Amino acid sequence: MIASGRLSQRTLAPWIFLLPGIFMFFIYVIAPIFQSINVSFYSWDGLGEKVWVGFGNYIELFGDEAFYVSLKNNVLWLLFFMLAVPAGLFIAIFLNQTVWGIRLYKSLFFFPFVISQVVVGLVFVWFYNPDFGLMNIILGWFGIDPIAVLADERYVTYGIIAAGLWPQTAYCMILYLTGLNAVDGEMIEAARLDNAKGLRMLWYVILPQLKPATFIAIVVTVVGSLRSFDMISIMTDGGPWGSSRVLAFYMYEQSFSEYGFRMGYGASIAVILFLIMMVYITGFLYKMYRDERGR
Amino acid sequence: MYPTPIEKTSYPVRTAYKIFLPISLLIWLLPLIAIFMTSIRGAGDINAGNYWGWPTSFDLIENYTAVFVNTPMLDYLFNSFKVAIPTVIGAVFLSCMTGFALAIYRFKGGLILFFIFIAGNFVPFQILMVPVRDFSVSLGVYNTTLGLTLFHIAFQTGFCTLFMRNFIKALPFELIEAARAEGVSEIKIFWYVVIPLIRPAIAALSVLIFTFIWNDYFWAIVLTQGAESQPVTAGLYSLNGQFSSAWHLVSAGSIIAALPPVLMFFAMQKHFIAGLTLGAVK
Repeated sequence: MIASGRLSQRTLAPWIFLLPGIFMFFIYVIAPIFQSINVSFYSWDGLGEKVWVGFGNYIELFGDEAFYVSLKNNVLWLLFFMLAVPAGLFIAIFLNQTVWGIRLYKSLFFFPFVISQVVVGLVFVWFYNPDFGLMNIILGWFGIDPIAVLADERYVTYGIIAAGLWPQTAYCMILYLTGLNAVDGEMIEAARLDNAKGLRMLWYVILPQLKPATFIAIVVTVVGSLRSFDMISIMTDGGPWGSSRVLAFYMYEQSFSEYGFRMGYGASIAVILFLIMMVYITGFLYKMYRDERGR
Repeated sequence: MYPTPIEKTSYPVRTAYKIFLPISLLIWLLPLIAIFMTSIRGAGDINAGNYWGWPTSFDLIENYTAVFVNTPMLDYLFNSFKVAIPTVIGAVFLSCMTGFALAIYRFKGGLILFFIFIAGNFVPFQILMVPVRDFSVSLGVYNTTLGLTLFHIAFQTGFCTLFMRNFIKALPFELIEAARAEGVSEIKIFWYVVIPLIRPAIAALSVLIFTFIWNDYFWAIVLTQGAESQPVTAGLYSLNGQFSSAWHLVSAGSIIAALPPVLMFFAMQKHFIAGLTLGAVK
């Protein structure tokens, strides 16, 4: 009797522990995904009746020039944001020493990551300002005329990405610093005896051991690049003329803005963004699954 | 150790490193130093375009006081705390339980459930935006700190579950088996055996979540409007619009908004980094 009571307690217990978490996660995260997919098949201003339009929103999307501008910018973000990974590695190697005060240096290098993206955005608006921004003052020393980075369609996205790279590089740096701490000292000594040095050592001995750090750095950088909303909203509000929008921003703009509430159309953009993200999520889960089975 | 320890290199290399280290830090933090320097200038300097020269007056106290007196900054800060602290408590509490359940018990659907939590954590916010906003309106919590908090608790539970589950999975399982053999009930195992062991994870998650939530901007502008409910990130955006060219005040406001997570980071650095880098080493 007692044994069976124990056993049923053990089958029931996980569900009791899980219930509150599942409940919250279901109503705020899982269900909304399906609701959004559903809304994307309607034309809806958020208040009145929803009108079924089938794939109408998606068809409109594929003829919408702003959609392609946003998509192109998303690709730029994905590509150039990846620079945070090697940059973070570089700084980590630079700082992986034991000189006096190095701990404080490491913390201060990490600093930008702790600050809100809103503040980082404001800091860089300031930095890029054509009249008094620090960047243009420095360019001036080299005789280069001021560049209004954030008002120029050609540069604006790159300017915002560069600002975003600042905290992201700090994040990758801290991942690599932790990784470098755990690198096997004996292997390095052995490699030194074999005359491995500098870049060769880095490539053949160190980087393979940093694989877990690299994996996480890439995952967080991909996620970060697809969540570039904050910086864009603060720095340019999508401008000039919508040229710095990304899908996340365009979606927000379509859903609630002066252009009117186009929730259905916004939802269809969100679904596209979600599908792009799903590729990464699936890859990540696949790797987790392999690791789980390997245990 | 990689790279070669600097003590083992030649004298010129060593000296060059020691000289370049502070310079590189200065360059790295230049944008921040600039904004701080601006925040202590007087309005006269700003109007005269003296952004980089020596300040004609040091108005640190005046500027920071002006931000608090002339703007709802205090309300914004208070709202941020009202969102961040309950979110930390809620998300950590929920995920201790979910993480425990997913790490300790083998049951059908356990792994799938775990994967759903992970996947949900990576979902782009935009696909949740419209339904979450509608749901908050229908609950009557739209434009309240409570509404924002409820969403954050739910969303952060995904990440926290991943974190807690992996942490608990790495604990020695024999402890739990020994407790079971003693006849200790499952709930008591959770409370008296597991919780004391995962204190470091709780600390790490708390500082991380606090920082994430404090710095959240997207949900702040989707779910709140106005100084009575807006947290400081959203508030800063509206202040930036109002002040337009009063850069000394905008920068003072930015510094104030950045301060709590920065202090938190320096106070709890070890936990913060442990939390961020979990999984960076095998």
